[in-house]
Amino acid sequence: MLRFILSRLLQAIPVLLVVITATFLLVRCAPGGPFSAEKAVPPEVVRALEAQYRLDQPIWQQYLSYLGDLAHGEFGPSFRYPGRTVNELIAGGLPITAELAFYAMLVAILIGVCAGVIAALRPNTPQDYLPMSAAMLGICMPSFLMGPLLVLVFGIWLEWLPVSGWGELAGDKILPAITLGTGYAAYIARLSRGGMLEVMTQDYIRTARAKGLPERVVVLKHALRGGLIPVVAFLGPAFAGLLSGSFVVETIFQIPGLGRFYVQAAFNRDYTMILGTTVFFATLIVLFNLLSDIVAVWINPKLRHQLSRSR
Amino acid sequence: MVNPISAASAPEKGTSLWRDGWVRLRKNHLALFGLAVMVFFCVIALLTPWIAPYGYEQQNLQLGASPPSAAHWLGTDIFGRDMLTRIMYGSRVSLLVGFVATGVALVIGVLWGTVAGYAGGRVDAVMMRLVDILYALPFMIFIVLLMVVFGRNILLLFLAIGAVEWLTMARIVRGQVQNLRHQEFIEAAFSMGLSRWIIIRRHLIPNTLGPVIVYTTLTIPNVMLLEAFLSFLGLGIQPPQSSWGLLISHGVESMEEYPWLLIFPGLALSITLFALNFLGDGLRDALDPKASKD
Repeated sequence: MLRFILSRLLQAIPVLLVVITATFLLVRCAPGGPFSAEKAVPPEVVRALEAQYRLDQPIWQQYLSYLGDLAHGEFGPSFRYPGRTVNELIAGGLPITAELAFYAMLVAILIGVCAGVIAALRPNTPQDYLPMSAAMLGICMPSFLMGPLLVLVFGIWLEWLPVSGWGELAGDKILPAITLGTGYAAYIARLSRGGMLEVMTQDYIRTARAKGLPERVVVLKHALRGGLIPVVAFLGPAFAGLLSGSFVVETIFQIPGLGRFYVQAAFNRDYTMILGTTVFFATLIVLFNLLSDIVAVWINPKLRHQLSRSR
Repeated sequence: MVNPISAASAPEKGTSLWRDGWVRLRKNHLALFGLAVMVFFCVIALLTPWIAPYGYEQQNLQLGASPPSAAHWLGTDIFGRDMLTRIMYGSRVSLLVGFVATGVALVIGVLWGTVAGYAGGRVDAVMMRLVDILYALPFMIFIVLLMVVFGRNILLLFLAIGAVEWLTMARIVRGQVQNLRHQEFIEAAFSMGLSRWIIIRRHLIPNTLGPVIVYTTLTIPNVMLLEAFLSFLGLGIQPPQSSWGLLISHGVESMEEYPWLLIFPGLALSITLFALNFLGDGLRDALDPKASKD
């Protein structure tokens, strides 16, 4: 197990290096520097600024010193917000984005697992088609459509919930969480339906039924555990996706999270911010993929067995 | 008298994979419905310049934004432009991006996967490791970055989206090719002295078509979603050109006063995505080699 984790950690290093290098080069190739502002700035000032941000050095030297900073966990100063570092901006936005992603995950699991399990109990009947078509709605209604529609119905027409903000008014976290969560609910519904269908044909389920257990216990206690393995394996990548995919929802609902910083940075050509967030997101995604691989091995005795045999 | 040998061999008529798949697809009503919707939308999109009820830029400032009526079935926007017309023109861009970018992904993915699967060994390991690395990138973020760095250009949009979506295709094709590579008909082709390129082109690629078609159908909605998303952020299609994503983004700005400006383009996008997903799922059931007829 330890060897498996270590080897996966080692595999993550080239991935991160490629991300850093590609982003660095892309950002440096971009036309128009961050200081090519509206007003003409005296050349001395430009030179001083360039020296401060190390833009006067040759590109390979910039790259190496950036790598050095990263190794110390430093993402460098922001181009746009003078005096603030990318670290501070990330530290400010991350808790909000993480909270949003967490609620969205709850929504996704709740809707997805319920729909999937209900559908799997009577496959190829209306009880199967209805929840699965409803779940499909989550895939076919992208967040930038779902969000405004929810706002229109529940915020403006019914006036039940606030239309924007985060943590200021009661209930303003509900709509963003639903908007972000429904897309993943659809995938979780499909995975849990597939997993449950497979498990329900296994011998141990027949044994449980033969013991005379009520169907409710068979499903909730015996089948659910095995049937949800594919869902658990999906949670890691899903959470990473929620974190890095939240920028539409954050833009729609004006939530001051990481995603909104990223979009603003992209429009403002705040290069260090773009670079920093991209590297940060990539690291998160790699970490969550790793985590979900480990959890998958841990909860699935078959995989664990394969691993110890292959050694 | 009938020759006994020819009488015995005549009746059994082989059904091809395609015929088989079509028979199975015909039983799946949702998939057929999806296919019908897609054909309908594509025909409308192709004929738009001739059948659109109004001109694309034809304004009617006295009318302004009006709700659906007999003259304007889906209402008009704040400049009095007919929404039905604009959605029809938008469908041309959205569908075009969907098909062309998927095409880019298809070409890269099939070639990459075939070469990796056929070559095997170290070449395969290096090529597929590269795919693994690219897989781990935060792609939404990467595309936003690409569009910001290189400007908002529709050609670049095709390339950027295509370059992202080829990875899964490459994996699927590689798996197929690896299976096929050691079968007799490939060895026979080899022994006949055919060159590698001809074997790849004539024998390997056609045999991977089933899964490729299925995955292509499922890629198109993803691509359209990506385009709509980028246009929504203001990084995709630029006005005066229009796409469903752009229409939705304009609709959001004034949804409180004129909700139909958001609802109708949204419906168009959702119905298309629904249709393509149902069709893709149906095709997977129909063409999946694992679900054979017995």
